[in-house]
Amino acid sequence: MNNKPRIGVYVCHCGINIAKTVEIDPVTEYASQLPNVKVARNYSYMCSDPGQLLIREDIEKEGLNRIVVASCSPRMHELTFRKTLAEAGLNPYFLEMANIREQCSWVHEDVEEATAKARKLVASSVAKARLLEPLEEKEVDVEPATLVIGGGIAGIQAALDIANAGFKVYMVEKTPSVGGTMAQLDKTFPTLDCSACILTPKMVDVASHPNIELMTYSQVEEITGYVGNFEVKVRKKARYIDMEKCTGCGICAEECRLKNRIPSEFDVGVGKRSAVYLPFPQAVPAKYTVDPERCLFLTRGKCGESPKCADACPSQAFDFEQADEMVEFKVGAVIVATGFDVFDASRKPEYGYADYDNVLTALEMERLVSASGPTGGKIVLGKGDEAYTPKDIAFIKCVGSRDESVGNEYCSRVCCMYTAKLAHLVHEKIPDANVRIYYMDVRAFGKGFEEFYDRVRREGVRYIRGNPSEIFKRGDKLVIKVEDTLTAKALEDEVDLVVLAVGLEPRKDVREIIDLLRLSQSGDRFFLEAHPKLAPVDTATDGVYLAGCAQGPKDIPDTVAQAKGAASSALILLSSGKVKVQAQIAIVNEATCRSCGYCVEICPYGAIEMVEANRMGHIVSVARVNEALCKGCGACVAGCFSGSIQQKSFKDAQILPQLAVLGVK
Amino acid sequence: MNDKFEPNIVAFLCNWCSYAGADLAGTSRIQYPANLNIIRVMCTGRVNPLFVLNAFQQGADGVLVSGCHPGDCHYMEGNYYARRRFTLMRELLEYVGVDPRRFHMSWVSASEGAKWKEVVEEVVENAKAVGPFDQFRRNKINW
Repeated sequence: MNNKPRIGVYVCHCGINIAKTVEIDPVTEYASQLPNVKVARNYSYMCSDPGQLLIREDIEKEGLNRIVVASCSPRMHELTFRKTLAEAGLNPYFLEMANIREQCSWVHEDVEEATAKARKLVASSVAKARLLEPLEEKEVDVEPATLVIGGGIAGIQAALDIANAGFKVYMVEKTPSVGGTMAQLDKTFPTLDCSACILTPKMVDVASHPNIELMTYSQVEEITGYVGNFEVKVRKKARYIDMEKCTGCGICAEECRLKNRIPSEFDVGVGKRSAVYLPFPQAVPAKYTVDPERCLFLTRGKCGESPKCADACPSQAFDFEQADEMVEFKVGAVIVATGFDVFDASRKPEYGYADYDNVLTALEMERLVSASGPTGGKIVLGKGDEAYTPKDIAFIKCVGSRDESVGNEYCSRVCCMYTAKLAHLVHEKIPDANVRIYYMDVRAFGKGFEEFYDRVRREGVRYIRGNPSEIFKRGDKLVIKVEDTLTAKALEDEVDLVVLAVGLEPRKDVREIIDLLRLSQSGDRFFLEAHPKLAPVDTATDGVYLAGCAQGPKDIPDTVAQAKGAASSALILLSSGKVKVQAQIAIVNEATCRSCGYCVEICPYGAIEMVEANRMGHIVSVARVNEALCKGCGACVAGCFSGSIQQKSFKDAQILPQLAVLGVK
Repeated sequence: MNDKFEPNIVAFLCNWCSYAGADLAGTSRIQYPANLNIIRVMCTGRVNPLFVLNAFQQGADGVLVSGCHPGDCHYMEGNYYARRRFTLMRELLEYVGVDPRRFHMSWVSASEGAKWKEVVEEVVENAKAVGPFDQFRRNKINW
């Protein structure tokens, strides 16, 4: 076979996306004059079927052996055109793309400048294409198991779908129970389904499913490896209770000396718990946990004569000597369903959340109206003799959302509807209540949302357009200062209770997951998906998928839909059983390697080792790359003193010709 | 300095953050100067400091290396290697008489299309301020 480069250059118009600012014909003409270029053509849409056919036909008729496509970003269509090459019998790595759309026609207005730049970019790609080499794509087996991080509704749904398809799932949840935020909700909008009623059966399924290994009160400590072959280390934190023996009877919590003294996380501080606790009555698993930061015996080594909880336990389940347990296993895919935090309302000091007891967040209100909440569903404020039922109740929307001053420009997508829902529930429980909602805009975009919003307004809830500037106390009442922006009137509204519709934020511990999986964040600090439209559950790391609010605020139906999407993506990988590994990896020229071993230290993946080689009768130590471990970053290449390591498709000899084109004025 | 001077800049961008950020600038139709041409590498850790010298030898007036924010590298630590290498490189360039305004390193994530524009503008303005560079030009022989 004749290996002399015969290059075909294909310039794409992309409709008018490129052709509007880049003059296509001169670029094509220029390309045809470049060395080794046999064919240069242009077409309206290179990625379309006829566009690809053009390339395939030329490969066959003209004997092309290198292809340059000047079109959109390789991040968009590199795989498309690699497939085109493969279909025509050419090695897919004989492709080079010139990005003349995202990085040229779309960012420049001047036609002359953009055309000149496009010419240069094409020449640079041709220069590299001449020196491209065929690469071999290796396949490795996929471990038929998935790790799901997070046990909220997103994680639960994804785990159940994968488990029902017949694959093993390891679910790791940080808190003592699965359920997440959905378990804290009373009713769900717009249908008013009881949240617990639709969630708890799924929680039980997760715990009892033969294919799911549930690890609650556990944390992922380390994830190494690559798509299809991740190695995971999980720390199962000590509960100081033997899970086998605990029957969940709850006698220990009754006996605890700190009973009703510790703010309950589940009731967001509205209710209290003991130091040994079950987060909520329907918790799964229904096993108690000792809070190591609160328990007197664990923090002070002494709890009266002896810990009353352990003495009272009928099944002797307590073990204060218990230590954390490390578990290791292998999975093929990872689903990140770590959820969100609600906005900390004290960051808006003008609303007095930290100062006044009758300023609540929506999640606190949710626990207050919940039948399983600390008040049994009665909306009562104050304690003992001073307890009262609020009559004038105001909701303030967009607290911590659409607010640049706190760094959150985005809309949290759920507050409009949960406010409407809470307003409805308040009316149901306090029929003579006066409920008003201060809003910027009402976004009732989902299925049944607008109808629900109308229903709530018909029930007598007043919507007042205005963003309150301040809340302060006057006598027994709270005063909301606000301008009604529809009538341009300044109002002072006296109320008994203010509920802040706080937005959704990325979790405060989001960094832990980023460090585990090398995920990127988008501008709103939620996890970044691989493509906002076409790959909304994928990430830049192959084999890692996103589900739920970890990727951005969303309601329960959207979360479930996305979880099913993530499960489907993981299942595609697991059921195919094989995955192609990175072909553009490092390779050592053992004949010139100087045995310094510097590359071994550089490699972040431990993919390089020193081995003995016979060099003309002398046994010398040389570096060798483990092809399965190498991810193709090229850090070793730039670090090699003798230039003996090169990265396939990014060799010095392939990049320098690009420089030779682009450097020249 | 000559106002008409249009510098020629070569940029090395990592595939995962800065190249994607530059793509996002395009998708968002953010306009910036056309003086800069991009070479895509998988990671800034791949960028051999000699590439920078080579770019100047070819006639570039400025060089930019841009990657993921520290701690966000797709390959865990590639950008740390780049940061160390190019901190040294910058001092070496200064030592051999290259104005440090000709060499830039930046961190632009895949979501920072607007930041990419700012980086390009800064790099181009700096190169304009220092003017054309041809001391390193290989083909220029002064007998």
